[in-house]
Amino acid sequence: MSILQVRDLNVVLSGLSILQGVSFDVAPTGVTVLLGRNGVGKTTTLRAILGLAPGIGSVTFDGADILGRRTHELVQKGLGYVPEDRCVFAGLTVAENLRLAERTKNSAYELVFELFPELKKRASQRAGSLSGGQQQMLALGRVLLTENRLLLVDEPTKGLAPKVVTEVADALARVAVRVPILLVEQNLAVVRRLAGDAVVLAAGQVAWTGGASELLSDHDLTKSLLGVGSHS
Amino acid sequence: MTYLRRYWPFGAVAVLALLPYAGVGIPGVFDGPLNSPGTLQLLALCLLFGGLATGYDLLFGRTGLLSFGQALFVALGAYGADVLITKAGLPLALAAPAAILLGTTVAAAIGAIALRVTGIAFAMVTLAFAQVGAILAARDAWGLTGGDEGLALDVSGLPSGLVGVVNTYKLYWVSLAYLVIVMIVVRRTVSSPTGRVLAGLRDDERRVGVLGLNPYAFKLFAFVLAGALAAAGGVVHLLLVQGADPKIAGSELTLSLLVMVVLGGPGTRYGPLLGGVLYTYLDYRLTHVAGGLPGPLKQPLFVLGVIFILAVYFFPGGIAQLRLRALRRTL
Amino acid sequence: MSTVVLLAVTGLGLSALYFLIASGLSLVFGLADVLNFAHGWFLTVGAYAAYWATPKVGFAGGVVAGVLAGAGVAALVELVMIRPLYKRTIAQVLVTVGLSLAGVALFQALFSPDARIFPSPKWTQQVVGFLGARVPVKSLLLIAGAVVVLAALLAFLRWTRYGLIIRAGVENREMVTALGIDVRKAFTLVFAIGGAAAGLAGALGGVYFESVSPTGGASLLIFAFIVVVIGGMGSITGSAVAAVAVGLLQQFVNYYGSAGAGDVCAVALLAIVLLTRRQARQA
Ligand SMILES: Nc1ncnc2c1ncn2[C@@H]1O[C@H](COP(=O)(O)OP(=O)(O)OP(=O)(O)O)[C@@H](O)[C@H]1O
Ligand SMILES: [Mg+2]
Repeated sequence: MSILQVRDLNVVLSGLSILQGVSFDVAPTGVTVLLGRNGVGKTTTLRAILGLAPGIGSVTFDGADILGRRTHELVQKGLGYVPEDRCVFAGLTVAENLRLAERTKNSAYELVFELFPELKKRASQRAGSLSGGQQQMLALGRVLLTENRLLLVDEPTKGLAPKVVTEVADALARVAVRVPILLVEQNLAVVRRLAGDAVVLAAGQVAWTGGASELLSDHDLTKSLLGVGSHS
Repeated sequence: MTYLRRYWPFGAVAVLALLPYAGVGIPGVFDGPLNSPGTLQLLALCLLFGGLATGYDLLFGRTGLLSFGQALFVALGAYGADVLITKAGLPLALAAPAAILLGTTVAAAIGAIALRVTGIAFAMVTLAFAQVGAILAARDAWGLTGGDEGLALDVSGLPSGLVGVVNTYKLYWVSLAYLVIVMIVVRRTVSSPTGRVLAGLRDDERRVGVLGLNPYAFKLFAFVLAGALAAAGGVVHLLLVQGADPKIAGSELTLSLLVMVVLGGPGTRYGPLLGGVLYTYLDYRLTHVAGGLPGPLKQPLFVLGVIFILAVYFFPGGIAQLRLRALRRTL
Repeated sequence: MSTVVLLAVTGLGLSALYFLIASGLSLVFGLADVLNFAHGWFLTVGAYAAYWATPKVGFAGGVVAGVLAGAGVAALVELVMIRPLYKRTIAQVLVTVGLSLAGVALFQALFSPDARIFPSPKWTQQVVGFLGARVPVKSLLLIAGAVVVLAALLAFLRWTRYGLIIRAGVENREMVTALGIDVRKAFTLVFAIGGAAAGLAGALGGVYFESVSPTGGASLLIFAFIVVVIGGMGSITGSAVAAVAVGLLQQFVNYYGSAGAGDVCAVALLAIVLLTRRQARQA
């Protein structure tokens, strides 16, 4: 039984057909990774699931059809979103960024500060003045404050230093124990470490699904689907 | 049938051109017979505003630019020609092109600055620039504009054929000619390769950028062309009402152009024309006939404002779209 | 010297009026992307409410009536007219344009197109000594009103949850919804806040101009737009600074230069800001 089922998802943006009949399932535990070359529509897929991009087709989350529902309702139902490029509120302090994400009184601050002690230290610093890695921790931290039943995480390691990539991957690994994650990730080392299932998009459609390790162990397959070697 | 479709505009222009020879009246629609000076004056205004709205639609409906500055260029045409004729004693044949040139130049300068911002900020900035024109007109700048009263046109500088009530029909022809010219210019522009780029800008600016074309240059072109057409319309307005006053420079004029375009159907061939004619006619009729109506209905702008709001909700394509739908149903 | 003080105070009075209008416009635009042409009409509604209520319940009551009327009408407009057009930015602008036209005409029909004398209390029409100059009380009243509103708005934005949502929403509205927050509720709120400030501007502006007229709001609106663009959309502090700059510039240039030159200077300032801001971005 999967937590999220995407069936025949189509997205048209300013007259361009971006996704054409995308279908895949997200496992109820662990990390499902969404792969594909640049510009293939990974972000658009996540946005359509969340109602941030106009989608046609069907998306079932925990048994309920959610396509076309308003974004904030879906998030309240337990769909957490960590967007590409982090999107922290630059003009707000770290504490305010976190406070904004609170939904109930007993927010999981202990968990967040344990994962990212840096956030506690920098509570009164403006988020815009954080480093990229710290901003990513803030973006992850603010969804972890609340109860989620599925996290949609878009390229959390993009543009980060290798040491920070490891930190973020560690955090994701720990989170994945409790909440399933649909992860978009270009860094294959991180994919290899985290992912159970993999879904590969090409030309607006699903080109391959299966186990992530199976995909990564096949050098030619990886090369043809992603345009990169798996030994990086 | 295809002949009819192709050539009916020529027929329509011919009929309109012959109206001054029609001694019949349309009771309930016009007060006097069609060729009475009062009716011809109203018709001339309708045609003029049809043309002004069509020119404005080059920005709004065709390029997707929401400019609130169009009144400035109309005013530059009207005041420019007025000052040159009345204060400097130039003949109309010189004053009119000079005023249009003035309007075009100012449009280029303002467009160059205002187009540095996009969307709503562009709307605000054009509004602010146009406000300078309104202020200068109302404050009698340099003793030229006549302040609140406006500047009456010194008709001794005009060809005698354009002066006096008996010659209203010639001014009507001038309006008709203006409308025809605007229609042709807009039509040509829209169907040219440039026009297709403008449509692309309206639909999605990024796509045009991707093609390696410079959106700024194309938008500036549309802005300047629309400014030139507006200035020419200003000159016609000057002739029709024999003067220029601050109303023509105010933001209300731009807003009413916007209302005309939206009512008629933005981005359609005849929509803005229809909207302009209808708006002008209703504005006039409601002002002069509304004596018997209760309360706010006496105020033409109240009625037009409400119709406009309803139009935005219920028929966003304007009259042109309604007509199309009705046509499709009958065919 | 006393002339300079007088000009500074009257200029700041004008700034205060601009700020009261611009702050609401700026918030509404910053958060909801709505360029609200009807905002000037909210001011007119407030002015007429104060005009109507002052003889019955006194000046303070009149001001309260103006504020409430402005807030109420603005919230209603958002709920009934703006909300159905969510995300259709241009259609929203068009609707507010229609409302501004119809609203002014409605007041012309209800109250006659002519200006009416505002029932200002006597004390507001006097002058007091201030730094060696005789300055009008009504300017000081406006300045006090604007300072109170500025402080209240900043406190609201800084300390309340809705203030936090609004500040975040001005930055990135979509991301606010992606945190599970219904940002549209905040739209109604900023409309109401902006309407309240405009209503206050209407009541105090009635005192300042000693009259109310159906078109009064619309003519102030354009300068408020200039203030919003210069100050940066969505920024209250920016609006305050820009309002002070525009009001003072206008007053001083209008006094020392020819009539109307100050108004033109305000637009010139806008052009300069636009041109240099662009360069700053490119650098
Ligand atoms: N609003 C839009 N209008 C038109 N096209 C868009 C829009 N947003 C995205 N696109 C296009 O849709 C395609 C998919 O974009 P998307 O961001 O989903 O890709 P992605 O797989 O996440 O890429 P990346 O790996 O670079 O993050 C791209 O070609 C992009 O140019
Ligand atoms: Mg992406």
